[in-house]
Amino acid sequence: MRIFDPHIHMTSRTTDDYQRMAEAGVRAVVEPAFWLGQPRTNPGSFTDYFDSLVGWEPFRAAQFGIRHHATIALNPKEANDPRCRPVLDLIPRYLDKDSVVAVGEIGYDAMTPEEDEAFTAQLALAVEYELPALVHTPHRDKARGVTRTLGVVRDSGIDPGRVVIDHLNEVTVGDVHDSGCWMGFSIYPDTKMSPPRMVEILRTHGLDRMLVNSAADWGRSDPLLTRRTGEAMLAAGFGDDDVDRVLWRNPVEFFAQSGRLDLSGKAGTGPLFEGSSILRGGS
Amino acid sequence: MHQNGWLTDAVARVRDDPRAIVRLFAAAGRHCRPEEDARTRLLLALPPETVPHWVDDLYRHGDAAERLAVLTALPSLPLGAEAVPLLHDALRTNDTRLIAAALGPYARHLDQHSWRHAVLKCVFLGVPLENVDHLDERADRELASMIAALHAERAAAGRELPPDARRLLDRIP
Repeated sequence: MRIFDPHIHMTSRTTDDYQRMAEAGVRAVVEPAFWLGQPRTNPGSFTDYFDSLVGWEPFRAAQFGIRHHATIALNPKEANDPRCRPVLDLIPRYLDKDSVVAVGEIGYDAMTPEEDEAFTAQLALAVEYELPALVHTPHRDKARGVTRTLGVVRDSGIDPGRVVIDHLNEVTVGDVHDSGCWMGFSIYPDTKMSPPRMVEILRTHGLDRMLVNSAADWGRSDPLLTRRTGEAMLAAGFGDDDVDRVLWRNPVEFFAQSGRLDLSGKAGTGPLFEGSSILRGGS
Repeated sequence: MHQNGWLTDAVARVRDDPRAIVRLFAAAGRHCRPEEDARTRLLLALPPETVPHWVDDLYRHGDAAERLAVLTALPSLPLGAEAVPLLHDALRTNDTRLIAAALGPYARHLDQHSWRHAVLKCVFLGVPLENVDHLDERADRELASMIAALHAERAAAGRELPPDARRLLDRIP
């Protein structure tokens, strides 16, 4: 089983996770810029975070044969802090980087006017830089959040085929399916979505434009739930090709729209693989 | 290097307006192979007096590949010691590609204390010493004693130094 996890916050994960992911078949990931649990208070913190997403983290991933990409944005939660607003001016330069394959996570948290503004401005950046957009949906008041999100996406003029609306569930998938946007599902141990529920959604709505991710971060989450979903699909009667489509070909197709996805053989041999301080246990 | 139209056009645009290098330097990685050579060409197209400013700007705003390209280009550029802070930055990382690139010919501007620690870091991380420019000429007794001390720590843990470090120890008089 080859797996492309289209949404995982590796910054918050250990090298043990990279090891287990590689063994489970994960060969490529996209790490969207988001918040870190502790709210940041100035743009400099974002500079260092974004630098890590296009610097250290891809290097770390390569040690385990995993290709690492990023999406860059000011997330909706921190868009509400006036001290973080200047981050919007830092973003364009990152959008030119080779490993940046979308603008994201953008969207809504509490649906404030500040979030409206940051969301709209960053969708416009996606259009300008010819990048797809990765859109977070709120965990509270999700159904209305998704409806409002689809309205903003429509008004922005971006091609819905270049947008993924993430963290969906049984209640919210239908409208997104009809909108032409891609549908993202975050498989979590307890909350957002589970492998058996995901299988049912795939049965009902088909495999087109479906993206399955672990969204693993610093909270209770599991980077192997992509694999578990593939196994649940097989157990439910889906074939190997279906699993490959959902866990590999779909995310490749979506992010290849950036024109920057490079999955050529290099990922298997990280730079100075043998000599890495990471693999050598920090010796 | 494989010649391509994108690069020819990009070099002309940088000659025309140095500020164009910001976006072109970032994009070179998806238009040219090898990307370091293409990025060197872009840097060489800058007015010489602006090179110190732009290497600093492009390194500090660069992803790992752009930083690597800046470090690799340093010896070919019209520069004095202005870019030494970039070597210090690269040597603070644990990215073995950046560390190796920081010890190329431009490292002649690096003071001996920093240089010794950089070489020791290579030994520590397993970065091949063949990447270190003028290794035999610069290796001194102080470096030998630092590597020997690391050797003793490794031996106590039942581990060994990389063979190239052992050979270097043998060569230092």
